[in-house]
Amino acid sequence: MVHFESVCPLRSSSIRTSWNRLVMQAIQVDNISKSYGKISALKSVSFQVEEGELFGLIGPDGAGKSTLFRILTTLLLADSGEGHVAGNHLLRDYRKIRRIVGYMPGRFSLYQDLSVEENLSFFATIFGTTIEENYGLIKDIYVQLEPFKKRLAGQLSGGMKQKLALCCALIHRPEVLFLDEPTTGVDAVSRKEFWEMLKKLKQKGIAILVSTPYMDEASLCDRIALIQNGEILTINTPEGLMTEYDLPLYAVKYDDTYQLLKGLRKMPYTKSVLPFGDSLHLTVEAETPVSKITEYLTDLGFENAEIRPISPTVEDIFLELSRRTESKND
Amino acid sequence: MNVLRYLIQKEFIQIIRNKALLPMMTILPIVQLLLLSNAASNDVKNVNLVLIDKDRSQTSRLLRNKIEAANEFSIVSYATNNSEAMPYLQANEADIVLEIPNDFEREYFRGEAPDLQLLVNAINGQQATVGFGYLNRIIAGFNGDILENGSMAQMSQTAPRAMIQIASRNWYNPELKYTHFMAPGILAEITALLTIVLTAMNVVRERELGTIEQINVTPIKKWQFILGKLIPFLILGLVILTVGIIASKLFFDIPIRGSVTLVFGYAIVNLVAVLGFGLLISNFAETQQQAIFVAFFFVLIFILMCGLFTPIESMPKWAQYFTIPNPLAHFISVSRKVLMKGSGLADIKMEFIYTIILALVFNSLAIWSYKKQQ
Repeated sequence: MVHFESVCPLRSSSIRTSWNRLVMQAIQVDNISKSYGKISALKSVSFQVEEGELFGLIGPDGAGKSTLFRILTTLLLADSGEGHVAGNHLLRDYRKIRRIVGYMPGRFSLYQDLSVEENLSFFATIFGTTIEENYGLIKDIYVQLEPFKKRLAGQLSGGMKQKLALCCALIHRPEVLFLDEPTTGVDAVSRKEFWEMLKKLKQKGIAILVSTPYMDEASLCDRIALIQNGEILTINTPEGLMTEYDLPLYAVKYDDTYQLLKGLRKMPYTKSVLPFGDSLHLTVEAETPVSKITEYLTDLGFENAEIRPISPTVEDIFLELSRRTESKND
Repeated sequence: MNVLRYLIQKEFIQIIRNKALLPMMTILPIVQLLLLSNAASNDVKNVNLVLIDKDRSQTSRLLRNKIEAANEFSIVSYATNNSEAMPYLQANEADIVLEIPNDFEREYFRGEAPDLQLLVNAINGQQATVGFGYLNRIIAGFNGDILENGSMAQMSQTAPRAMIQIASRNWYNPELKYTHFMAPGILAEITALLTIVLTAMNVVRERELGTIEQINVTPIKKWQFILGKLIPFLILGLVILTVGIIASKLFFDIPIRGSVTLVFGYAIVNLVAVLGFGLLISNFAETQQQAIFVAFFFVLIFILMCGLFTPIESMPKWAQYFTIPNPLAHFISVSRKVLMKGSGLADIKMEFIYTIILALVFNSLAIWSYKKQQ
């Protein structure tokens, strides 16, 4: 043994790292690219999701989230790059991947003319299992559906549909769960409940990749990747993300928001100014004192404008990062 | 095996819940059978005739009486000359103008063959040829009548006429009932058509709703998915065929001379071929609209070139070869042969072989082109 280690230490260490990767990473994406004709949906995307991690993919519509999901669930072939799901290669072991992943597409795609119960037992049977066998995993969610189990899936409310889809994606006890915009079009209460459920699933050791266009859901993930135009802007924990915003940020409020916006755009210290609800989020160059902004605004006649320093939201960070990426690409 | 059983079970639950499907499977074939078998008739029952009798002799009147007595003709008008008769042709009111010339009787008994002039309105070719045929038969019969009638004084004894009598009997359909000929064909046509469209639409609907995506991420095998669609729709096709046969028996009293089991046995093979074709279409269509158009394109060709309305034998040679990959042509041929002629397995051997090949080809292509991954 000692002899072996000393003869080829390199080989043994490389075996160890790849073995570690197989064990540790639920999802491994390496430089995956995909384009539809001239439009490139994914530009060399790479990231890892650890086992038992709740990983959020956050970005606007058309950012390439669904394309990435379809590639990782073996529905779509990437143009280039490699990927592993629970240690299985996307191309070589796609059959194995289909056994161990649960996928909930962005659009409700269960059989609308089958009942709740029929849908669930259909997907259970396809995976060679039964509802009873894995009931423990879906119990918390299914109890809410149980009163409606004879109802056709097409007649359920939006929130109920999501819960049923989640149950169907879980019924074969997957190792990795892919949820493509599970909370889009769902009311605020159901959204909150849904995230509670995801937390519980995570505790059961299931790795979850979830995408959402709602920035406020980012803080509920272990780690998040901000994605836009097929590019990952940053990957960080929700807390770590806040520190990425290294410029002073202020909320500025005035009766005539539009005039204020026009005025602030012309201010020499302004890096960016964007409307957020009824106020403007103003980013200025580092080490600009508030007094200078007040002075500038008073000169322009916005005497009683309210200025207050704030900590950035995910949306601020997203907009700032995408602004930087765009100016870099230009 | 369990997976396949459950796929089929799921399909049947959906079929039964689909409110439009059951009436489509029962009422549609019956309505089509009733409508098409009766209306799409090639029988020429009424030929409109204009008569010009320039001779006005005893013999010409005999001929006139014979024509008037025939069921197939209705005399639109008695004209005295051509120019009086022509407007009827022009206005499409007459199909044939028959002119009996001046010296008809005289020439006839002199033994010279007198010329009868027939002007045929050939816009409707079928009506014209059939009418012409009827008229020829009457005139030939008229010849015979006069010959037999030896008492006629003017009869020339010196010119013995040798006559060949052609006696024809119509086998398998002695009364030449058009519905007996059409119903078995239409039966085959409806069964094949409905199953092509239903399967193609069904699979494309799964694509539109996204359920196929959900299926594709599961370990279901391609053949399981295809068989899971094929078997339920095969049974559906057999139900349609049964409804059709019962309806044809009840409404038209079509003869069932051969074995019904043989018809069903062949129908299973044919339906598998047709279903494979439907599945093939569905693999290339993104929406139900696309599927309908593609299905429509092929179904139209299949129907027009299957021998249902026009006999395959009268098509040009190249078109006859085109009927070989047409599952409908074989189905109609088998259905007519077995039901009307009482043909056995040996007589429909070729149809069986062709259809089995088609079934294999269509289904292999369907499995091959069904991609779980894009």
